[in-house]
Amino acid sequence: MERIRASLLFLVTVMSNHAASTPAALKLTPLNATHRGLAAKMVDFGGWDMPVNYGSQIEEHHAVRRGCGLFDVSHMLPLDIKGSNVRAFLKRLVANNVDKLQVSGKALYSCMLNEAGGVIDDLIIYFMDESWFRLVVNAGSAEKDLAWMEKMNADWGMGLTLTPRRDLAMIAIQGPNATQALNQALPGVDSITANLKPFNAAAMGEMFIARTGYTGEDGFEVMVLAKSAPFFWQALMEAGGQPIGLGARDTLRLEAGMNLYGQDMDETTSPLESGLAWTVDMKAERDFVGRAALEKSEITKQLVGLVLLDKGVLRGHQKVLTKNGDGEITSGSFSPTMEKSIALARIPLGIAPGQEVEVEIRDKKLRAKVVKYPFVRSGKVLIEI
Amino acid sequence: MNIPADLKYTPSHEWVRVEADGTLTVGITHHAQDLLGDMVFIENPAAGRALKKGEECAVVESVKAASDVYAPVAGEVIAANGDVESSPEAINKDAYSAWMFKLKPANAADVAELMDAAAYQKLVESEAH
Repeated sequence: MERIRASLLFLVTVMSNHAASTPAALKLTPLNATHRGLAAKMVDFGGWDMPVNYGSQIEEHHAVRRGCGLFDVSHMLPLDIKGSNVRAFLKRLVANNVDKLQVSGKALYSCMLNEAGGVIDDLIIYFMDESWFRLVVNAGSAEKDLAWMEKMNADWGMGLTLTPRRDLAMIAIQGPNATQALNQALPGVDSITANLKPFNAAAMGEMFIARTGYTGEDGFEVMVLAKSAPFFWQALMEAGGQPIGLGARDTLRLEAGMNLYGQDMDETTSPLESGLAWTVDMKAERDFVGRAALEKSEITKQLVGLVLLDKGVLRGHQKVLTKNGDGEITSGSFSPTMEKSIALARIPLGIAPGQEVEVEIRDKKLRAKVVKYPFVRSGKVLIEI
Repeated sequence: MNIPADLKYTPSHEWVRVEADGTLTVGITHHAQDLLGDMVFIENPAAGRALKKGEECAVVESVKAASDVYAPVAGEVIAANGDVESSPEAINKDAYSAWMFKLKPANAADVAELMDAAAYQKLVESEAH
């Protein structure tokens, strides 16, 4: 569990412990030397040595909303599933229905649930052809995901081949100028970017270009062979892309109202109480893992957005007091775009947008307004306070 | 490393300036703000509050994290910097001019227990390895 309030002493100790050198135990992306060359502040992010910022997190945040930002997301794991029954496997494995994927390159966001209906991970599934689907899973969940999928593959006698693609690097190019930057960095790619709709991908040899992201802006997530990644990154920077660390990645996704696995949902929470009901497809007669538990479950909570009305900063795990009982902030931070503190919070049902709640911050109870998220999309604030 | 020689320091990364009248001006060090990143919220102790040495008395919050600030010595708060509360980023720009609060020490001699610049520099270096 992330520690939210640390003394400066604690924070300084933790953060500078590997500022000077990279402990051998940390995993490195193919862009590690690139980040260090750019004087990034590196942190241990779930066992990966990753850039948290390259200077000012707030400036990086604005660069994505206003121009073009580059993110190294190579810690996430692309996973190819191949064989004759991939679609049938995924229809049982995940909560969303891959039958929504009928055109090659189309992507689907889904949760993978355990039998109790808790979220093992959230992931993106790309349909390439009937014998090849590509998944992208979270870095911190990759090993358990793979073990779970291999177990299901065996238990159900599917005989599929699951191949983790650690030979690939992934760079996200996000912001209103993302298309222009990608076109300039990769001559000839404009024939693909011109026709690629949101949540679709195209493969060109080992290069894989998806119009997806985690910022609420237009943009791409591009996979390339690991050895090519530093050159590609350099070309993107020359085309106007600005390096963005994990710090701004978090505030961007929070403003965009996108869940973060391990904070907004985990194995103990239901997707139906995590703002993810839209990703759980119960319409079709389909026996997916976790479905029976979800059908039996009683939903008592909801994920809502909060905007702090008083001065302070909302953070994960702060207690939310409502007239229907207590809830908890799952993700909270300062929104650079709104210049207010915002949060996602799991609170009792029956509290509607527009209503006020209180949040316990240290020894104070501060006022916050419940809002419907996302907070920001395509550079525009969607919330009126 | 930006560690002015004329200031005193604590192991918890506060800086302390001993003024001519014996009062203390307190802030957080350049090193601390560098690790915290962009500051967005400061909560200072109210004037008149009596503090014990090491007591949690203020909070600095960056986009990234919240951190407690501790009283360097026992004493009474005589002023809080409202300017830094309304512009927390001032700490990122110059941590040593963006003071947080002023303290009248209970015992003037306690100041001698604070670290000097050389000792604080050693502490920062030891934490980096």
